[in-house]
Amino acid sequence: MTTIEDAALKLDPEEARRVRQERLERIGKWVLPLAIMVLAIWLWDRICVWNEIPQYILPRPGVVLQTLHDDAGLLSSSLLVTLKITFLSLLLAVIGGVGLAVLFAQSKWVEMSFFPFAIVLQVTPIVAIFPLINIYINNQTTKLLLCAWIVAFFPILSNTTLGLNSVDRNLRDLFKLNGATRWQQLRYLRLPAAMPYFLGGLKIAGGLSLIGAVVAEFVAGAQGQSSGLASRIIEAGYRLNAPRLFAALILISLTGILIFLVLSLVSHLILRRWHESALKQER
Amino acid sequence: MIQEKVTRKSASSESPMLLSLRNVGKAFSNGVTALSKVDLAIREGDFLSLLGPSGCGKSTALRLIAGLSTPTSGQLDWRGSIDRSNIGFVFQEPTLLPWASVFDNVWLPLRLKGVSRARAEPAVMEMLSRVHLNGFENAVPRELSGGMKMRVSIARAMVTKPRILLMDEPFAALDEITRFKLNNDLLELWQDERFTVVFVTHSVFESVFLSNRVVVMAARPGRVFGELAVDAPYPRDEAFRTSPDYAALCRQASDVLVNAINSTAGPHHDDH
Repeated sequence: MTTIEDAALKLDPEEARRVRQERLERIGKWVLPLAIMVLAIWLWDRICVWNEIPQYILPRPGVVLQTLHDDAGLLSSSLLVTLKITFLSLLLAVIGGVGLAVLFAQSKWVEMSFFPFAIVLQVTPIVAIFPLINIYINNQTTKLLLCAWIVAFFPILSNTTLGLNSVDRNLRDLFKLNGATRWQQLRYLRLPAAMPYFLGGLKIAGGLSLIGAVVAEFVAGAQGQSSGLASRIIEAGYRLNAPRLFAALILISLTGILIFLVLSLVSHLILRRWHESALKQER
Repeated sequence: MIQEKVTRKSASSESPMLLSLRNVGKAFSNGVTALSKVDLAIREGDFLSLLGPSGCGKSTALRLIAGLSTPTSGQLDWRGSIDRSNIGFVFQEPTLLPWASVFDNVWLPLRLKGVSRARAEPAVMEMLSRVHLNGFENAVPRELSGGMKMRVSIARAMVTKPRILLMDEPFAALDEITRFKLNNDLLELWQDERFTVVFVTHSVFESVFLSNRVVVMAARPGRVFGELAVDAPYPRDEAFRTSPDYAALCRQASDVLVNAINSTAGPHHDDH
């Protein structure tokens, strides 16, 4: 078989242009965002210097980096608190979302009856519900978890429900023909078929659970009840400690990016052998 | 209704009856009569093709036989007791589990009956070699060609050693060369195992090549129009495919099919 990398192969100008284009795109995919990022940080630094902006309004990038280092102890313990809430709520969102989806999949009637409630939970802003949760629940962690969970579980529920219901009709007939029980049909057919949908929901829920955790901390932190990154931000804001504010912000962003990358990797590893979304384009 | 019996004598007329459909009808709630007054006797060891235009109810008939659907009127009489494990079904598409390996796909019917991987392995591996897929047990469906996927589908249907194999236009989506090869291999399998086949197709050539009985159906309402016995001996090979006998039989079947299509009342007889 010949490939385009085959040096002996004579390429016409059009093919050659396409190959060059592809190679450029492969490099550009990494180099361009990095270059823009470096440029933006440099510009940020210059703006601070040129306009003589005081540190408590906009700190220079170097100062933020220094703060990340100096306040490492304080920030990392706060980061741990936020991470704990984020991952626990994501875990609960997976259990709750998949559990409810499986329950919904058992009967159209159950789905019709209860799905609207899930939507109500989803569309009501969490900040508006929080005062109620604050009244009913005393435990601080439980409070935050519940908030983050409400934000994160819906994409998992709705995607998994969709997946469980999009099984090929013929495959369903095949299982019926072979006398499969309800459990076997779920275990060997519907759950695997729902996997790509579930993983899509998981990717969204990962980001949302971080957002949920931070928002919940913000609301709770306003009352001096939290020790996560969000409360560090509020505190730093009160004290006009802009470098620490920026440092906390950067940590939250990095966490979000990391969650997304990890979940994308997990998704790719699970689907790479069979699902279209994970396959390399073949020509 | 026009009934055209070309030949009554069937190659397997001595074998015992396996299933008879008596006066079977199927109507859907949208007012479509998919099948009307179908009488059909299927004998043990038959290779019976249901040949007809779109909308003649051949797939509906297959689903009724499989028990995936119940008749509105009439009845199906099985000889002796038959349960679903005695029925193998091959769909128009390969209908494989895309996430499972070839082995796991073929194992599936046994797995659903509680047979462990280890105990199923001899049967699965034997079936895979019967459909010429040795060495592909660890591949996933997307790594296979259309013809190979269909082979997996046949292996899966046959792994439970069913008494009757129902096939719903299984090779319609394949290219001609692959289809010929699969036709030959299916016949070989059938001759070795002597199960009963009901094969739905809209190809005159395929039905004549494969079967000992071609049942021609007509549409609106779906009904049995006529039957043709294909008396040519087995094994049938590439030589048979080019023989004058084959051509003559195809011509006969084609004539019956044309009559069946023309018998459909109304001006819409060529729509789908």
